Amino acid sequence: MASKAYQRIYTRLDGITKATVSLKAAGVSNDELAVVAGRLAQVVKMKDDTVTLQVYSGTEGIPTDAEVVFLGEPPVLNVSDELAGRFFNAYGRPIDGGPEIQGERRQIGGPSVNPYKRKQPSQLIPTGIAGIDLNNTIVSGQKIPFFADPDQPYNQVMAQVALRADVDKIILGGMGLSNDDYLYFRQQFESAGALDKIVSFVNTTEQPPVERLLIPDMALTAAEYFAVDKNEKVLVLLTDMTLYADALSIVSNRMDQIPSKDSMPGSLYSDLAKIYEKAVQLPDGGSITIIAVTTLNDGDITHAIPDNTGYITEGQLYLRTDTDTGKIIIDPFRSLSRLKQLVIGKQTREDHSQVMNTAVRLYSDAANAKTKLENGFDLSDYDMRCLEYAKEYSTRLLAIDVNISIDEMLDTAWELFGKYFSKAETGIKEEFIKKYWKEKA
Amino acid sequence: MKSTGKVTGIISNLVTVETEGPVAQNEICFISAGDSKLMAEVIKVNGRRAAVQVYESTRGLKNGSAVEFEGHMLEATLGPGLLSSSYDGLQNDLTTMTGVFLKRGEYTSPLDHEKLWDFTPIAKPGDKVKAADWLGEVKEGWLPHKIMVPFSFKGEFTVKSVKEAGSYNIDTVIAVLTDENGTDTDVTMTQKWPVKVAVGGYAEKPRPCRIMQTGVRVIDTLNPIAEGGTGFIPGPFGCGKTVLQHAIAKQGDAEVIVMAACGERANEVVEIFTEFPELVDPRTGRKLMERTTIICNTSNMPVAAREASVYTAMTICEYYRAMGMKVLLLADSTSRWAQALREMSNRMEELPGADAFPVDLSAIISNFYARAGMVVLNNGLTGSVTFIGTVSPAGGNLKEPVTESTKKAARCFYALEQNRADKKRYPAVNPIDSYSKYLEYPEIQKYLSDNVEQGWVDKVNTLKNIIRRGKETFEQINILGDDGVPMSYHEIYWKSELIDFVILQQDAFDRVDSLCPIERQKYMLDFVLDICSRQFDFEDFEECGAYFKELINWFRQMNYSEFGSEDFKKYEALIKEKVEKNGK
Repeated sequence: MASKAYQRIYTRLDGITKATVSLKAAGVSNDELAVVAGRLAQVVKMKDDTVTLQVYSGTEGIPTDAEVVFLGEPPVLNVSDELAGRFFNAYGRPIDGGPEIQGERRQIGGPSVNPYKRKQPSQLIPTGIAGIDLNNTIVSGQKIPFFADPDQPYNQVMAQVALRADVDKIILGGMGLSNDDYLYFRQQFESAGALDKIVSFVNTTEQPPVERLLIPDMALTAAEYFAVDKNEKVLVLLTDMTLYADALSIVSNRMDQIPSKDSMPGSLYSDLAKIYEKAVQLPDGGSITIIAVTTLNDGDITHAIPDNTGYITEGQLYLRTDTDTGKIIIDPFRSLSRLKQLVIGKQTREDHSQVMNTAVRLYSDAANAKTKLENGFDLSDYDMRCLEYAKEYSTRLLAIDVNISIDEMLDTAWELFGKYFSKAETGIKEEFIKKYWKEKA
Repeated sequence: MKSTGKVTGIISNLVTVETEGPVAQNEICFISAGDSKLMAEVIKVNGRRAAVQVYESTRGLKNGSAVEFEGHMLEATLGPGLLSSSYDGLQNDLTTMTGVFLKRGEYTSPLDHEKLWDFTPIAKPGDKVKAADWLGEVKEGWLPHKIMVPFSFKGEFTVKSVKEAGSYNIDTVIAVLTDENGTDTDVTMTQKWPVKVAVGGYAEKPRPCRIMQTGVRVIDTLNPIAEGGTGFIPGPFGCGKTVLQHAIAKQGDAEVIVMAACGERANEVVEIFTEFPELVDPRTGRKLMERTTIICNTSNMPVAAREASVYTAMTICEYYRAMGMKVLLLADSTSRWAQALREMSNRMEELPGADAFPVDLSAIISNFYARAGMVVLNNGLTGSVTFIGTVSPAGGNLKEPVTESTKKAARCFYALEQNRADKKRYPAVNPIDSYSKYLEYPEIQKYLSDNVEQGWVDKVNTLKNIIRRGKETFEQINILGDDGVPMSYHEIYWKSELIDFVILQQDAFDRVDSLCPIERQKYMLDFVLDICSRQFDFEDFEECGAYFKELINWFRQMNYSEFGSEDFKKYEALIKEKVEKNGK
């Protein structure tokens, strides 16, 4: 970082902890960035003339006579159309070997949208995955996470969703990505020929954990540039928010704050809400939609991270391996998109709601039949048909490798209804039965 | 002269100020940050150092920044025009703000100073008046909005003059009052009141003696809330807390509704902004928005203002109560407010209580709930504030400090249950765990006997008993198997299912079923209890299940039909015929 004439330079540290340094300095402003012995740091506390700086990459090896240069402003991102197609680190510097971005300097973590100026989300975002489009439709301006176990292929699903979604820009915020996953995303984006609409901010596991606290704000500042300034439909992918929250707890712990539930900071809810609430449908047509990943510890959703997330986001998607078919599916029982009723039957076919509910109900009948089977009870003819139906429903609709239009999903469901059930067993409204029922081929 | 000060320390939104001159606890101050001024509140004083919580982001703030103290606490501005407004937690009008993004340090006026109101005097020169007495009224929508002697006036005053009927803006002097020392004071249509102080100015606060209808059966029939009562709705995410609250907001039998969206999703508030101006109040035929004020401090708005938002909302409610109105306050969610308290207590390095919440959390919550209630005004009329708050317990576990503290303060408890929500049995209120203490009030029992039906409370208890026994037998059946229990077990279980499907469950999205007036609830309770009191004769448990399933289906169709309509009567006849055939 080039030094400028007005920069204030100090060379005497009074205190050093694992994550922070403190020194006496004047004229410092809150949230301002500084460089401590060549490492980026941010002002987190001021008490009289003592300033405490959080050093993002840790304080290992920093001496008490380290040079501290105050930069005079909080973290910024240069925004312009040049962002498209590029890869950046947590500080917004290119990591793809390309040139620095020329553009307007914008402070990250800016103010929120006036709730009165927001519009109700109303644009469907098709992904081709029936577990999402059919059962848990995503709407522009929505925020929704995948709740997944660490061993599930959530990053692959995210990449698929992103590449298929009909949006103008995709912003990837990768926090604690393994290097392999980072390269996977990169290769996927490149091979899809979609690089020109993708911007990535990446912190890998090889980099210091505290750095990743900057990633969501960087990604969302870029998203706001495209959505607000350019009226574009922007999809933001954040993976993995659990690692983000872990970094928060590291910092609050180092700052001697009293932890609340699950050793998370007491401000976890507000911290997460500040990120997720950036999802918005703007009055001039632009929108920011956030799809995130929250990894779970052994499926425990009562842990503070998924719990707070659930109170903030508009639904959640669960991945599950269907043991009968060996497919990864989107769990139709526990997954929920709170905004789906804004588009179902309005932007999709009239029978969408009934078909969706009936298909899931029959799938749950199959689950009951399976329990019966496991407990050694006899199965009725209906039970047997349910089980057969469940296999096909799982493979042809719930599996994440399905890629068809919503009309095709509905037609497939009708085909399955006709193949395994009578009209009365589906309990669908008469007018739809007349129009769409398919007799067994 | 105003006290001043200088910033000496900053940790997030907690700022330490070195003061010149006296400062008061909870006094408001403004901190200069570049060309804007940031509003803050004193939360602790130590020597000449005051700790203040800033209602905005403190980014870029420097030590040494100038601070000006205002000499008063956080105040709400009260006057005609509050209804159908949308405010942030500090009562800034969100609709008149410029730009898509909230600008730091932008404060807008809560009331329109230009608008003219048709004023009619009530008081006459020579009248003796005191705080909260009515001087005149203007029409706010269809509500008679009283212009009162400001709540802050102490002692008795003589009315010197009152403006004649006419159109005036809110800053017009509409009366001149003379105090006991002969000093004259001007009164306009607007006044200010510190939000953290309960509004007084009434003669007495009796026990609640009427119920407030919400049109929701699990509330009105099973656990009614009293007019002027308090209740709370705890529930894990995805259990329909917000849907239930919105249903109450749409249907609640109140003249004024204040909704405080406190630290929740912005898109939920957008839903209110979009729907309420369109929806019609089923009781008055007016647009819902006309009787509604929205206080909105969503989860991404400044944390400190979250606490302020619920107090601002309560103050507005108390203001309308002083006009003799029936006011309903809904706050979603009080947990977010408690979390804001926790964040601040944490930054001040106070010794924490359970789950790192401040130790006085329980006291703060019960003080707040105590501001609700029915009051008898000085003129003998009554007004009321009914308060229903939601609680978002961490991990859905009700044994956490906010839920436990609220349970001590609120008289009604509507427990939303994950299990019921998973089965799509909405509203997912658990009928056994939930309670209304008001059912034990002799006043309320008498009110229900006089206004709904003789012996109503006994009937409700009978109903609850069947649900309880149904639950027990269901467990037995699960353990012993369908064949392993006597037939009567199946009958009891299915009677409780009948109650569940017909009375407990209610479709919040259906035009007819969503609003169930008390006459209809009475009809249904009697009808269902009559069936439950009969003995049936079944060959086997399968016949029993099929029989009740059919009854349930007809009852549900009946719920979807207008009360007393052709369809309604058709299903009623079908049910009666079927019951007469078997039941004795």
